[in-house]
Amino acid sequence: MGGSLNANHLMFLGYGALWTIGLSLIGLLGGGIAGFIIALCRISPSRIVRLLSAGYVQIIQGTPLLVIMFLTYFGLPTLGITVSPLTAAGASLTIYVGAYLGEIWRGSIESVPKPQWEAAEGLALSRSQRMVKVILPQAVRIATPPTVGFMVQIIKNTSLASVVGFVELARSGQIINNSLFEPFLIYTIIAVIYFALCYPISRISRRLEMRSGPARLSLGTA
Amino acid sequence: MHQTLNATPQSPVVSLKNVHKSFGPLKVLDGVSFAVDRGEVLVLIGRSGSGKSTALRCIDRFEKIDSGEIVVCDHRVSDPKLDLRALRQDVGIVFQSYNLFPHLTIEENITLAPCSVKGVSKAQAKEQARQVLAQVGLEDKLHQYPEQLSGGQQQRAAIARSLAMQPKVMLFDEVTSALDPELTGEVLKVIEALAADGMTMVMVTHEMGFARGIANRVVFMHRGKVHETGPAAILTSPATPELAQFVGTGL
Repeated sequence: MGGSLNANHLMFLGYGALWTIGLSLIGLLGGGIAGFIIALCRISPSRIVRLLSAGYVQIIQGTPLLVIMFLTYFGLPTLGITVSPLTAAGASLTIYVGAYLGEIWRGSIESVPKPQWEAAEGLALSRSQRMVKVILPQAVRIATPPTVGFMVQIIKNTSLASVVGFVELARSGQIINNSLFEPFLIYTIIAVIYFALCYPISRISRRLEMRSGPARLSLGTA
Repeated sequence: MHQTLNATPQSPVVSLKNVHKSFGPLKVLDGVSFAVDRGEVLVLIGRSGSGKSTALRCIDRFEKIDSGEIVVCDHRVSDPKLDLRALRQDVGIVFQSYNLFPHLTIEENITLAPCSVKGVSKAQAKEQARQVLAQVGLEDKLHQYPEQLSGGQQQRAAIARSLAMQPKVMLFDEVTSALDPELTGEVLKVIEALAADGMTMVMVTHEMGFARGIANRVVFMHRGKVHETGPAAILTSPATPELAQFVGTGL
């Protein structure tokens, strides 16, 4: 204990913030891929695929991310699979984000009006052509604001990775506080950094929502 | 007044034989039969809920029938092993709500299917888009987006989009019902020109004056059955009291 906040501490926090961003990107990328697959499974013509993917979403949405982190980091080793904190945190976020993005994107795909499907069918386009050329471009436009908004949740949720010993922003704050014992100051700094990361994204999400009028805006199909 | 099937030596482009279809407990088509020969314009009329739109949608297999037989351009539509995409290359369908793709320009709307389904080259498809748009009087709208067009223009563009697939038969499902009278006129003119060119067509419409002018054959549907059928003249001198009442209120 003792000492006061110095540049080394701030460097350490900055390093933690970088890992928060890194982990968020891992969650977004992994969760994005998983979510895309989930969204397609949720609207699959096969009943079994639909049921399985719906079950996955229900289970994950009904489980705290914290518990998923515990399961992957502490649970898997008891089955003989040892994972690093980064792998555990990344995998947990992927599983978690995939379920939410899957639902957001399923909703976006389904909110493209039914007659658009029929018109594409009437033109003899195959199911994948209908999806890629007609439905997804319209769904992307619908999905963009809520997806960007959800990124804020991802960033904040990465703080839970501290419980598996992953040193991101929250955990680096804890570590510094353990030596300086200035909780109010340090956690305020942490809060400000989280806010600085999240606020611009919230703003972008808002702007996207407001201007999602004309269909072609976000799409430059040549 | 019921016509006989299989009477023509040349097989009809579209034929329905004893088609039954229910939505749950509701019988929508109750033994419907009719046929359309090459170059013929068949107009389906009837009250809302009489089954006319369902009959039309069954032709393009947007609805599956419970029993009976539908043959369209030698595709057995009622066959579960039907090649849907082959059927839909031969059949063009135009809907009440236009259903142009809002994220694509008019040109892209038209070239999409020929390029991705038929493998037509981009240049050839664009040339064809110009032709079909000229046919519906919209050659200057090539690079506009659907939302920039009026309802009537959008519907004409939707017709052009179907024509670009060079269908053997065109289906029109109440294509003017969402339009005001002025815009209705411009769409009907396009359809009349198509009929004059010899396009085989089946259409559901509430425009009785238009039906009288264009129909080679009128099918009046009532409670899921073909109640009366004949040339356009039946609209002015109906044989059944139900049709008389329908055209009486429809005019």
